[in-house]
Amino acid sequence: MEYLVQQVINGVTLGSVYALIAIGYTMVYGIIGMINFAHGEVYMIGAFTSLIGIIVMGLLGVTWVPLALFMVLLASMAITALYGWSVERVAYRPLRGSFRLAPLISAIGVSIFLQNYVQISQGARPKPIPPVIRGGFELMTSSSGFTVTLSYLQLFIIVLTIVLMVGFTYLITQTSLGRAQRACEQDRTMASLIGIDVDRTISMTFVMGAALAAVAGMMVTLYYGVIDFYIGFLAGIKAFTAAVLGGIGSLPGAVLGGLLIGLIEALWSAYFSVEYKDVAAFTILVLVLLFRPSGLLGRPEIEKV
Amino acid sequence: MTAPLLKVEHLTMRFGGLVAINDVSFEAEAGRITAVIGPNGAGKTTVFNCLTGFYKPTVGRLTLTDAKSGHSYLLERLDDFRITKSAGVARTFQNIRLFAGMSVLENLLVAQHNKLMLASGYSLLGLVGWPSYRAAERDAVEKARFWLDRTGLLPRSDEPAGSLPYGDQRRLEIARAMCTDPALLCLDEPAAGLNPRESAELNTLLLMIRNDYGAGILLIEHDMSVVMGISDHIVVLDYGKKIAEGSPAEIKANPDVIRAYLGEDDTTEALAEGVVE
Amino acid sequence: MAVANSVVAPAAPLPPVLAALKDAVLVALVAMALTGPIVGLQTVDAGGRLTVDMRFTEVALGIVIVFFGRFGLALGERGLALPAYGVGALLMVAGFLLPWPAELLKVLAVAAGIALVVRGIAGQLKERRTQAVLRAPDEEDAKAERLRRLVTRGLGFAMLAAAVLLPMMPFANSYIMDTAIRVMTYMMLAWGLNIVVGLAGLLDLGYVAFYAVGAYTYSILSKDFGFGFWGALPIAGALAASFGILLGFPVLRLRGDYLAIVTLGFGEIIRIVLLNWTSFSGGPNGIGSIPRLTFFGYPFARRAPEGEVTFHQLFGLDFSPLHRAVFFFYLILVLALVVNFFTIRIRRLPVGRAWEALREDEIACRALGINPTNTKLTAFAIGAMFAGFAGSFFATTQSFVSPESFTFLESAMILAIVVLGGMGSQLGVALAAILIIGLTEAFRGLAEYRMLVFGLGMVMIMVWRPRGLLAHRDPTVLLHGRKSVLKKGAAA
Repeated sequence: MEYLVQQVINGVTLGSVYALIAIGYTMVYGIIGMINFAHGEVYMIGAFTSLIGIIVMGLLGVTWVPLALFMVLLASMAITALYGWSVERVAYRPLRGSFRLAPLISAIGVSIFLQNYVQISQGARPKPIPPVIRGGFELMTSSSGFTVTLSYLQLFIIVLTIVLMVGFTYLITQTSLGRAQRACEQDRTMASLIGIDVDRTISMTFVMGAALAAVAGMMVTLYYGVIDFYIGFLAGIKAFTAAVLGGIGSLPGAVLGGLLIGLIEALWSAYFSVEYKDVAAFTILVLVLLFRPSGLLGRPEIEKV
Repeated sequence: MTAPLLKVEHLTMRFGGLVAINDVSFEAEAGRITAVIGPNGAGKTTVFNCLTGFYKPTVGRLTLTDAKSGHSYLLERLDDFRITKSAGVARTFQNIRLFAGMSVLENLLVAQHNKLMLASGYSLLGLVGWPSYRAAERDAVEKARFWLDRTGLLPRSDEPAGSLPYGDQRRLEIARAMCTDPALLCLDEPAAGLNPRESAELNTLLLMIRNDYGAGILLIEHDMSVVMGISDHIVVLDYGKKIAEGSPAEIKANPDVIRAYLGEDDTTEALAEGVVE
Repeated sequence: MAVANSVVAPAAPLPPVLAALKDAVLVALVAMALTGPIVGLQTVDAGGRLTVDMRFTEVALGIVIVFFGRFGLALGERGLALPAYGVGALLMVAGFLLPWPAELLKVLAVAAGIALVVRGIAGQLKERRTQAVLRAPDEEDAKAERLRRLVTRGLGFAMLAAAVLLPMMPFANSYIMDTAIRVMTYMMLAWGLNIVVGLAGLLDLGYVAFYAVGAYTYSILSKDFGFGFWGALPIAGALAASFGILLGFPVLRLRGDYLAIVTLGFGEIIRIVLLNWTSFSGGPNGIGSIPRLTFFGYPFARRAPEGEVTFHQLFGLDFSPLHRAVFFFYLILVLALVVNFFTIRIRRLPVGRAWEALREDEIACRALGINPTNTKLTAFAIGAMFAGFAGSFFATTQSFVSPESFTFLESAMILAIVVLGGMGSQLGVALAAILIIGLTEAFRGLAEYRMLVFGLGMVMIMVWRPRGLLAHRDPTVLLHGRKSVLKKGAAA
């Protein structure tokens, strides 16, 4: 029982990370109907900028952890967002109106490029950092001596995710940018006819998705304490699975899907096998596509004929 | 009395809260041209999409009866491609959907896919160039040649379909649909974007298909010269409901129709363009 | 390149040079923000703790190159061809002469210069051609068409002849033969993938998984069950095809994009399974000492095992390790040509036309009574089968397989060949295979940059030449015959 509670806590933490990445997939899919394969790599960039930021903070002597983390978070979000923006501008925008596979192939190209770019500039070895946030609450102890802990870091991750979700929901539902985005999702031509700058709206979608991925990147850097240039690949597939599971195009779906994938992965590793934990997400992806392609919260796609 | 070629009963289609078609029933006969008209957004294309399986109707029964074989098909239960393959319903699209990169002739051969696939022994006989497959392919090319001749596209048969002028593309789409040997041909605004001469040629082509070939034609059209000139029977939809039905003369005289449709000004009609179309 | 040209305000148009300058400054700023932290601050291990090394000089120089590169490009776009060439030449000279702190910067400067010049020339050529076509469209078309046919046909035959003659050339040492075998293996894989991606328009990002299935099937069949190559080959192909069907069935009913991500995941899963299922696959150590292919029963060995005759004894030759390489080369040549001729033939059959039609418009296909799932599934399974064949060949030539040979990068490489070659074009794919594998061999020293250039290349092809090197498509059947098309063109 205690073991299970611990796994659920771990799963929710992991799920928060996946949810933040999944939002990037789902938003881009919603607005231009394309799977942004490079999104996992953008998240990896976010992790690396956070890592570098944390080290720089240490060198600069910023020792008050909340301030240091806040500054790193802002810097990482800004830089990663710029990556997201540039990727769209260079590799996707010129391809609107090209044949169907063109943006997908271009996205694969971007993905390979970014991976190797970081590998070359930062080295292929895994990068460890010492824990920044230590300690936690001991929630309960079983008779056999197993203690369930909710670390401050886990709490930080979960709370930060909730705060971001609230802010993000406000952004989408209440601001003019959010309205423009929803309008573009419905009908891009019509949106441009009523004076919405479609290109700018799409750019902003990439910027927002990348900024959230940067947060996820920082969380992972802090949580695992080690990252490498290859983490974007699997995280990307899992977050995409989360987006599909929740119903691609649906924001609450992405969050739900992310949490579920996190939980499933944590429980699978705990009770089945750690080696095959990456297989779990993939199996779910295929099962969802097989039995409920529109996902848990998605609406079935109506084909325009 | 024999069953009509197509019988639509209580067809209703809802998208979320929007009722696109509300309890529509009508029939279409073999060897006759039935037109479905109505203002923009009246649900005409949705009727077509239900008939051809692209949408599954919320309520309703769509029965197609092939007079030659006597078979009946419940279209609402078939997959879209089976509706063409088994039941023999072919369609064209409002925004032309040709295989633009393939040649005109290839477009027509793709339309005969199922027959040729069988003849090629699911490609096994075809790979070795079996004589019976070669004969089948020759027949297919002959059929394509026939329809190209009828649509005046013969000289352009080897060009990419996407390079044809607009009017030719419309006719090619009809020729392609005819190459599937349909019992019922559904045409979604075939005269849209045609000039008066092309429009008149279209009339001749459709009458030929009706008279010589005996297929039933279901037609969505805005061009009244086409609708009134060639239709045998007209169904009028407005806001997803059937408001009138009858011969062209009856429809012209029907006050409801005039109020709902013919009397309306073009600008309001353009504004009425809704989600459904 | 990353900033819109629309920064030029319509109200007060800047003079072109200033506009280009502004453009270049903006791009340089973006580049600075992008590369500053990631490239400029390198994390390094300093006695168990990470610290950062600053490389701001290199980044600054890189940004200067980016600035001039974009400036030249922006000048060219604004019709100032000559100044653009000037900037290009400047970059090249600077690249060669200045003492750069890093080799990469030098390469970057030279490449930027060359790119500017090439782009300038290409732009001018295109303009001249458009003008020429405007003058005499049909005549020009017909002439170009005849020339294109002649060149492509000639090239095809020349390449085939070169392949057949290669082993007889005096320079054909074992390095050349090994490289040629590699090129042919990739060519075969790319031709197989071309059926899936090029003809049917299905983006398969895990093609190498089927290659792995073929390789491991062969290894296990031959090692544990004593199968010969020719016995195991069809089984390996069939198994790979079955995997294709199993994977394709749930996914091919859905929107095309899902296939891409599912195949991507599948490729990774196969690798994970091979790494972890040690009892079956040997785990990371792989499977070694797989029986090598013999020449129809006569082994390629210096000395024959008891009671057997070796290849060189059979033909009364002196033993040479090249014999085996030559035999393998001809074998893969034949296998690849089988794929090629199969594709050429099936493209003219109903199923091949249906693949292309599905690629063009799936909805129209359904309206014509074509079962989209089954049709796509055949393409997917056939592609997988050919990968399985290639995998068997790989296993028997290497006599060793391990998960390392089947990474995503291999899939990406095969896909890059197809994309570069021109999707659907057999000759284009062959050229691209030679080009890409040849280049990776030539730049072995810069191996770490290989994938970087790859990724960049894929994006650039999509942006500038989305249809690849050879984009032309010939109809699979003609009503009027080839001659009449040309004559009509010439007469009109």
